[in-house]
Amino acid sequence: MKKWLRPALDLALLAALVAAPLYLSAYHLSLLGRFLAMAILSLGLCLVWGWSGVLSLGQGVFWGLGAYVLVMHLKLVGLQPGDMPDFMLWSGLDHTPGWWTLFRHPAVALAGVLIVPTVAAAGLAWLVFNRRVGGIYFALITQALALAFATLLISEQAYTGGFNGLTDFTTVLGHYIVDPSFQRALYWITVGALAAAFLFCRWMGKTNFGKVLLAIRDGESRIRFLGYNPAGYKTIAFAIGGAFAGISGALYVLHVGVISPAMVGVMPSIEMVVAVAVGGRSSFTGVILGTLLVNFGKDWISSAMPEMWQLSIGLLFILVVTLLPKGLAGIPELGRQITERIRRRTARRGVEPEVLAITQKN
Amino acid sequence: MGHLAVLTGQLFNGISVGSILLLTALGLALSFGLMNVINMAHGEMLMVGGYVAYLTCRFVHGPAGFLLALLFSFLGAAVLGGVLEVTVIRWLYGRPLDTLLATWGVSLILQQGARSLFGAIGVDVVAPHWLSGSVAINHGVLAGLTLPYVRIFIILLTIVTFALLLLFIARTRWGLFLRAVHQDREMAQALGVNTKWVDLLVFAAGTGVAGLAGAALALIAPVTPTVGQSYVVYAFLVVIVGGLGSLLGTALAALLVGLFSSTVQMFTGVSLSDVFLLVLVIVFIQFRPRGIIFQRSRVMKEA
Repeated sequence: MKKWLRPALDLALLAALVAAPLYLSAYHLSLLGRFLAMAILSLGLCLVWGWSGVLSLGQGVFWGLGAYVLVMHLKLVGLQPGDMPDFMLWSGLDHTPGWWTLFRHPAVALAGVLIVPTVAAAGLAWLVFNRRVGGIYFALITQALALAFATLLISEQAYTGGFNGLTDFTTVLGHYIVDPSFQRALYWITVGALAAAFLFCRWMGKTNFGKVLLAIRDGESRIRFLGYNPAGYKTIAFAIGGAFAGISGALYVLHVGVISPAMVGVMPSIEMVVAVAVGGRSSFTGVILGTLLVNFGKDWISSAMPEMWQLSIGLLFILVVTLLPKGLAGIPELGRQITERIRRRTARRGVEPEVLAITQKN
Repeated sequence: MGHLAVLTGQLFNGISVGSILLLTALGLALSFGLMNVINMAHGEMLMVGGYVAYLTCRFVHGPAGFLLALLFSFLGAAVLGGVLEVTVIRWLYGRPLDTLLATWGVSLILQQGARSLFGAIGVDVVAPHWLSGSVAINHGVLAGLTLPYVRIFIILLTIVTFALLLLFIARTRWGLFLRAVHQDREMAQALGVNTKWVDLLVFAAGTGVAGLAGAALALIAPVTPTVGQSYVVYAFLVVIVGGLGSLLGTALAALLVGLFSSTVQMFTGVSLSDVFLLVLVIVFIQFRPRGIIFQRSRVMKEA
């Protein structure tokens, strides 16, 4: 691939996204908006899994933390002075707990969206990686975390809204959520956040930090012999992944207007990984495209044939992992390999040099 | 009912939960230790075992029906596991995280398949006559304690299966091969052990035992398409806590997890006990990152 081609493609993608309100219906725009919010999480997963080799099956937890923190704020600002959220009344609480009211101030809430998931991710990662436990164990622990988080949310109904989750919020910083102009602004904010996250990833890939991450993925013991401490690097990478997940969750919940335990558990966390695997786990552009593709596919399949979704995502998982481990982003490389093989084979048979030149060009 | 009776009852429940966890985790620990492969579809082997038991009990009546069901669940799950090993897992050796994802895909397909065949609502396996009833203690400090036959049977089944498995590994030719491959795969290969067959055999045996666990579980809870998923996460934690050194570690870990969650549940309820269990595991690996029993080795492993 030519050197200028990749940034050009990225720019074209960005332009297409920014201009989307011009050519998409309100319904599809709203879908695109929430999937772009998911793409921010995918970028984080790309950094964590594709670059550092750490598979997280519990990314929904950090996503959920971001979403819940923001929704707690939105529920609080929607109240009359002296009131408390409706589900708390129903569950028999007599006052709003302090760790809820903390997020009444918008600045605290925004800081919380960033800080809570980041700190949770960093803490977990440090506890596990510092003892040199990694790889499969970490994946299994994060999955158990997703399960525990979802059951905890369901059981603590008085504080979390239980199985139904939290919904019914109308205003954000004084704007009505259903207002079309707010929806459009929200869409562009999402695109902006995604672009910023993308640039951050690109920049990080070029730094020494990014290179050490790749080296850890490809040979952790060697990097340790060279004097680096992989635990610190992996923890920072995982914390960034957690922060991205939190931002993604907060934006997503603004698009859909509801957050519930069913959106953060084991299954949704796995679907986040599928999207990244389909796009190509270590390609930033790839995971964005993969997320859009898988989510639009899910929307289409589950409205046309609901029972087929689980079958198709299962098949997709098996096929991508076995046949296309680099995902969509690996297709150009695969194509190059195939043409190379054909070229060699024809060369062996003694094909005319002109023909060779032509196949090489293609 | 006295305090001691309640406590003993909870301990008994914990041991029976631990038994099912052990049957589930044995296959996971074996295939993880031997091939560095985590089979996310392992829980579905439980489910398959449960459905096979259900079908057998529907067609075969009489006291032998359930024993036959146990045999068929073992065989059914083992054959399915063998097919899974040959079609998917064999192609992904050396890529443990990818195996994990591919087998997750398999698990989704199996779940959906069960949902289409049997419906989303669970089916029941009625315990045979010789298993209905319970041991009741009416006198002494344990007065009021009842121990259902079904749970006693599950504990016995686990002990027998575990002992047979240990005997198989310690005494048979294939068990010798298994130990050889576990110690040094390349060396075993060089000495003429067909490692592909060992892998296949161990994997199928492990899923077969999980099928057995599914049949046992069907006695105390309805079989649903997602029955495996709820158990397998705990089985993974058992594997982490148990370590890869020996199956004894797995057994201890299963007992520990079973007792821990049933004790904590007495005080906090089911959902919080999940959280505490996870905290326990994370605290545990701070002290023994490689499990209760592990092999000392100078080999540098990228895992």
